[in-house]
Amino acid sequence: MLRSRLLEERLITMYKQGDGYFWIGGPGEEAFNVPLGLLADKGTGVDHDFLHLHYRSSGTLLALGADPVDSLRQMKNVASDPYSRGRNFAGHYSARKWNVVPVTSPIEIQYSIAIGTARAQRAGTGAKGISIVQGGDAGTAEGDFATSLVWSSRKGAELPLLLIVTNNRYGISTPYAGQHGYDQISERGKAFGMPTAVVDGNDVEASWAALTKALHYVRTEKKPYLLEAMVSRLRGHSSASGANLAKEEVDCLERFQKTLEDRKILTRSAMDQLRDEVTTELAEASKRIRGEAPPTPESIHDYVFADKNYVGGEV
Amino acid sequence: MATMIQAIRMALHVGESRLGVTDIFGEDVGAPLGGVFTGTQGLETTWNTPLDERGIVGTAIGLALAGRKPVAEIQFCDYAFNTIDLLKVAGNTYWSTGGDWNVPLVMMTPVGAGIRGSIYHSHSFDAQATRIPGWKIVMPSTPLDAYGLLLSAIQDPNPVMFLMPKALLRVKSKPGEDIPGAPDDDKRLAQMIDAPLGDRSAWKPEWPALEEMYIPIGKAKVAREGTGVTVLTYGRNVPMALAAAEELVAEGVDTEVVDLRSLHPYDWEAITASVRKTNRVLCVNEDTEITNFGEHLIRRISEELFYELHAPPKLLAGAHIPGIGLADNLEMASVPQMSTIKSAIAELAQHEP
Repeated sequence: MLRSRLLEERLITMYKQGDGYFWIGGPGEEAFNVPLGLLADKGTGVDHDFLHLHYRSSGTLLALGADPVDSLRQMKNVASDPYSRGRNFAGHYSARKWNVVPVTSPIEIQYSIAIGTARAQRAGTGAKGISIVQGGDAGTAEGDFATSLVWSSRKGAELPLLLIVTNNRYGISTPYAGQHGYDQISERGKAFGMPTAVVDGNDVEASWAALTKALHYVRTEKKPYLLEAMVSRLRGHSSASGANLAKEEVDCLERFQKTLEDRKILTRSAMDQLRDEVTTELAEASKRIRGEAPPTPESIHDYVFADKNYVGGEV
Repeated sequence: MATMIQAIRMALHVGESRLGVTDIFGEDVGAPLGGVFTGTQGLETTWNTPLDERGIVGTAIGLALAGRKPVAEIQFCDYAFNTIDLLKVAGNTYWSTGGDWNVPLVMMTPVGAGIRGSIYHSHSFDAQATRIPGWKIVMPSTPLDAYGLLLSAIQDPNPVMFLMPKALLRVKSKPGEDIPGAPDDDKRLAQMIDAPLGDRSAWKPEWPALEEMYIPIGKAKVAREGTGVTVLTYGRNVPMALAAAEELVAEGVDTEVVDLRSLHPYDWEAITASVRKTNRVLCVNEDTEITNFGEHLIRRISEELFYELHAPPKLLAGAHIPGIGLADNLEMASVPQMSTIKSAIAELAQHEP
């Protein structure tokens, strides 16, 4: 959680220092997203979980084992960025080795795509994994969310799909009540006959428990489950709104650190020391990657097709 | 002699029985209907989806990412317009992830006019499709090409769009263009693979011993050799251009008809060879004429083959109007017909530099 938070803070600093063009990320969602990464069955193919995440999922990626320096590379858009080779914004992850399906900027389309991986894992296929899809509350206004509810809950054709909505109560600048007439997004799952739950996503233990329960249901029943996590948005929507600290929001990391201190699991000084170490490590890494090569102009033509690069229509 | 829709059905059968196709799906694709044009009757891996095109394309992408081999159908391309951002994602995933994930899927969809389909069953999709990089786009004009292109599409590691010229779906193959392994007798073939009318719950097709035949994506076919004028076309307009060419023989015009078959990648080599031979070029398609794929071909021909040309290159395309009207006169005035293709060829042939 700490590493994820410090990574996001470093990415914001990089953006503000001119080492990137845009920042978007998930500070405030660590208490939910880190447990998700730890509880997912990571691997390749249908016997492991497919993760259809969005651009606030750095906590999940780090929990899966991603190197935070790779996120800095994507921010700096250097050729060594393993997620997009300098092509995409920060937080737009892709990791085939862990079934992390590419994160896209159009919100909610992952809910339509997740149907496909879940279909490949449905009951009777023998596949051991499930599909997990995650997006924000505002994105559920898109038709793709309804698509995932309809397709995953058809009787006799149910899909092993965990639908997660991280609700930070904003769609860019529009408050929750400005676009939803219902109190909780999870209410919508009830019409489709699927179990639903709302969890305090700022509480790491509650999140762990809610995820464990939901994952167990989807794995054993091979049916959909809708889990809504109430989370904070600590740095606004993106760099477009300044990425400044939203002091009125609950900070899940501070809350967790207090718990650890109260229960005498870690001392404040040990946690501060860890914070200093990781901060220094990331600051040094961000300086180091300034020396890494940008993608070459010619590379725009790379990876258009998986067999041969047909550029101008030639065969 | 198979029809194009039978050829498509047989290719899908080969796909699911030998080439690893796992899911053939879309609206009314599964039993009992087997597709509104009968293209998916009797197949094993078909299933019906909700009436939700975005879900269909999203599911196809997800299945491909999960290692399955999907063939998805959008019932009419007129209903694919709300899926364009998902089509973009299918086309850009390999590129945007720097080669991490490829998306091997096939999307089939009927296109074009010719069946009095009015405003929402007559759209073309070639101009839209060629605006979405990362896709291969094919469009057959004969049953044999449909068979061979669909098998190639199934084997391709990229997203491939298979545009079905709906006016040609029930046209039979010409002699010598039989589907390899299918019986020559069309009545026999129909008995074997066409579902009976009425209750078909107990019916099973009797598939002929089909042979695989691949038409490479990106290769055009010279459908008629000639020396006077080149017609670059595809899909429904190919037989029209061939008929026009035959009528023009009496007027002393020798027309070459190049059936592109693949719109992306397209066969620039074949186009170049034909234009160098005839020095006159007409592009024909049904899509609306502004920002039309034929315009791209003319632009490139003008830039790269300018001094080969003895006449300004010409485009004959659909009128730039919001839709294709139902009445005979409206539909025929909206898209190229044999008569308008014939006039356009004759005009080009007579042009004096």
